[in-house]
Amino acid sequence: MAEKENKEDFLNLLNLLTKFQEIELEDVEMEFGDLELWLQSGIPTVLPKAKRLAPPSLKAKPTSILQARFTSPIEEYPGQVVEVRLGATKNEGGTRGKSITIGGEKSPPFYLFETPPPNPPIISLDVFDTKIPLAKPVKMHFNEVLEDPVAWAKLAVDKYGADMITLHLISIDPLVKDTSPVEAARTVEQVLQAVDVPLVIGGCGDPKKDLEVFEKVAEVGAGERFLLSSVTQDMDIERACAAAKKHGHAVLSFTPMDLNQARQLNRRLYDFLPKEQIIMDTTTAALGYGLDYAFTIMERARLAALMGDPELQHPMSSGTTNAWAAREAWKKMDPQWGSREFRGPIWETVTAVTLLLAGVDLFMMMHPAAVKTLKDVIMRLTSGKPGTPEKIANWVTTKI
Amino acid sequence: MAEKEVKKPSIKEISPIDVYMLLPKTNCKECGEENCMAFATKLVNRELALEQCPPLLKKENEKAYKQLWEMLKPPIKEISIGAEKQTIKVGGKYVMYRHEFTYTNPTAIAIDITDEMSDEEVMERIKKTQEFSYIYIGNTLKLNMIAIRSTSNDPDKFKTTVKKVVENTTLPLILCSFDSKVLEAGLMVAPKARPLIYAATKDNWKDMAELALMYNCPLAIFAPNNIKLLRSLSKTLLEYGVKNLVLDPGTMAGEGIGDAINNFTMIRRAATKKGDELLGFPLIGTPITAWLENKDSPAEVAQWNEAYLAAILIDRYADLLILHSTEGWVLLPNVVLRQNIYTDPRKPVAVKPGMRAFGTPHENSPVMFTTNFALTYYTVASDIENAGVDSYLLVVDSEGIAVDCAVAGRKLTADKVAEAIKEAKIEEKVKHKKLIIPGKAARLSGEIEEASGWEVMVGPRDSSDIPKFLHEKWNQS
Ligand code: SF4
Repeated sequence: MAEKENKEDFLNLLNLLTKFQEIELEDVEMEFGDLELWLQSGIPTVLPKAKRLAPPSLKAKPTSILQARFTSPIEEYPGQVVEVRLGATKNEGGTRGKSITIGGEKSPPFYLFETPPPNPPIISLDVFDTKIPLAKPVKMHFNEVLEDPVAWAKLAVDKYGADMITLHLISIDPLVKDTSPVEAARTVEQVLQAVDVPLVIGGCGDPKKDLEVFEKVAEVGAGERFLLSSVTQDMDIERACAAAKKHGHAVLSFTPMDLNQARQLNRRLYDFLPKEQIIMDTTTAALGYGLDYAFTIMERARLAALMGDPELQHPMSSGTTNAWAAREAWKKMDPQWGSREFRGPIWETVTAVTLLLAGVDLFMMMHPAAVKTLKDVIMRLTSGKPGTPEKIANWVTTKI
Repeated sequence: MAEKEVKKPSIKEISPIDVYMLLPKTNCKECGEENCMAFATKLVNRELALEQCPPLLKKENEKAYKQLWEMLKPPIKEISIGAEKQTIKVGGKYVMYRHEFTYTNPTAIAIDITDEMSDEEVMERIKKTQEFSYIYIGNTLKLNMIAIRSTSNDPDKFKTTVKKVVENTTLPLILCSFDSKVLEAGLMVAPKARPLIYAATKDNWKDMAELALMYNCPLAIFAPNNIKLLRSLSKTLLEYGVKNLVLDPGTMAGEGIGDAINNFTMIRRAATKKGDELLGFPLIGTPITAWLENKDSPAEVAQWNEAYLAAILIDRYADLLILHSTEGWVLLPNVVLRQNIYTDPRKPVAVKPGMRAFGTPHENSPVMFTTNFALTYYTVASDIENAGVDSYLLVVDSEGIAVDCAVAGRKLTADKVAEAIKEAKIEEKVKHKKLIIPGKAARLSGEIEEASGWEVMVGPRDSSDIPKFLHEKWNQS
């Protein structure tokens, strides 16, 4: 009896060994780790050892499915992202049709088996207060409104379903038109009257001029809970925060792809503003042009926030329109790469879904198709509807 | 096995000392390193493999070798697919998040062919898959595999198609059918190809396991939206002797996308963070299912959905993808995304700052500057080469960030530019003091003039216009 077993083991093993010895040598060490065998010196020396170890694969083959359990790999997080409200209804002291709250996450992005995000990420469409060079695939959707921010905002809300509008006051740039704060504030007022969604107020990137404009705009839009985009390290932070605080706005804390700088700037802001009035932006780079870095900084920021880092517990915003900085998005290329009417918006879409999975709560975007797609994806991710495996059960045999 | 709840230290938790303790500690340098400690450090960083220490492979070190192998093996098993010398490796991941440790083995992308396509179509799709190529920061981005699906369910048809494909390409294959007879017919005409067999299900697992053993192939498990079943089948097949598995929890496009992402995420976490060996295998995603969701729409809709679904899966842990679209605009963003996600996450891809000469510049040649983000640099460099104008390019350290982001984030400042001009001693090389700056850095022009004392000319916003700019503006000035 014992002898018979021995022989069977030997035969099985021989089978296995023959099989493995056909594999390239590099693969061998992969395999014998599993088998817990030492193959180097050939079968005879191996045999006694193998018998002693009796790896499971030498046992009888199963004849029915061996049941295994599965429990969701849930983790606990000591931290939570703060919720930030943007826009204000009449009751909240403003004039918006509705306000929008973002943030509040208790789990990494779309770990639906843990805690689904309490507030869906939202999309704000870019509107510029003066004509700017735009990529052709984008421009074609806004041709009639390029010189009219009010009409542009209406179009973005009515036709393209914008949750919010980002009004970029680029004309205030001393290098562009050097529009005065009063004039800029007038444009803001007009847009406020034309649409009833919450607004992001975008500056021109000049820390001095932006501050002057923010102060004026904050005042005329008192109570509207704008997002002032953005407050940077070289700005007079105390003044910027004072304007936001006095008139009830939120600020966007913008830093260049560096977590320590993000923490530092947030820390400085805490001296003047409650956490619930701060959203952060760690910089968005386009797909192919640094998206990897942008993605990882955001992913790390969000994980750190959940692990309890108090200085990163803010909703994140992304200037996803930056995707259009990629040549592959806007340039005419060899026909094999398809027309830019597709390539451009898919570039923005891929940039957006990637950052969605890194934890972005607020997307500033441009192309209507990218906006619609991201909206659909967000809706499906947050709908709580169960998957429909039966629909794909036969994908292999489906004729396309 | 595997059911036990032992937590294996993650790659980040293994210290070089732990590894060192198990090495021969003779400092014999046969590995080419100064000593065993140096070797241990490189092992932990995945720069060297265990087998590069010859003494460790000796019989007397067998135990230590095995211990080290166990300690260092990735929680996601690395699986090879394809005939000898044409294999592609998938999986082999050490971590969940890319910032923890550089991802290994970029997502393999397969394009499908069916056994009911015409010969011309089959050849056309092989050609497209094989010839796809895009140069990006010095890398050639390519597609990797062909997936042959039996839509006919007819063994003879499948056989003919597989034969045709094997005769015309050396790309690794995935053979797809849930009918073992059909699959066997395909395997018979590709006995050495070692394709990935797709797929074992709760109904056919035994026959598929036999095929996998007989033809020595890796085997995929398909258990849509059912991780418990996936785990059970994994357990069963491992017990059956099939060691190389690939897992498909189902790519539910459309409404089910939340569950699809959820499943991929749970599986990867269970394997990397909880040491679940039954789920420690590569994941396969099938964005091609977007075509099922959009059957009645124009092809572009399915292509569009497939494109972003593929991107989502590349972001969320897919090690293999099967796609149907061959359109450049669908594939390009995905191969670029894959390249992005699989680079070293610890630093942006940067080049060395400093002065570069193009052609044979002289004292009247133009001087331009750009940042040291690798992609920016290479793009600008190739555009200057195209211009065919002898010139200097000053590469300013922006910590590896592109011009527009660097200006916005103050990583590129007038002072940095002025300093770079000084350091490169350009004033000794040219007689003029005119600096051409990127259009996207226009906002810095005044400050640069002030800080450097050079006259600024604002160049084009995109470097592809450099040739035109130089010919029109520089030659006149
Ligand atoms: S070959 Fe092995 S034993 Fe020799 S120095 Fe290198 S690690 Fe140490």
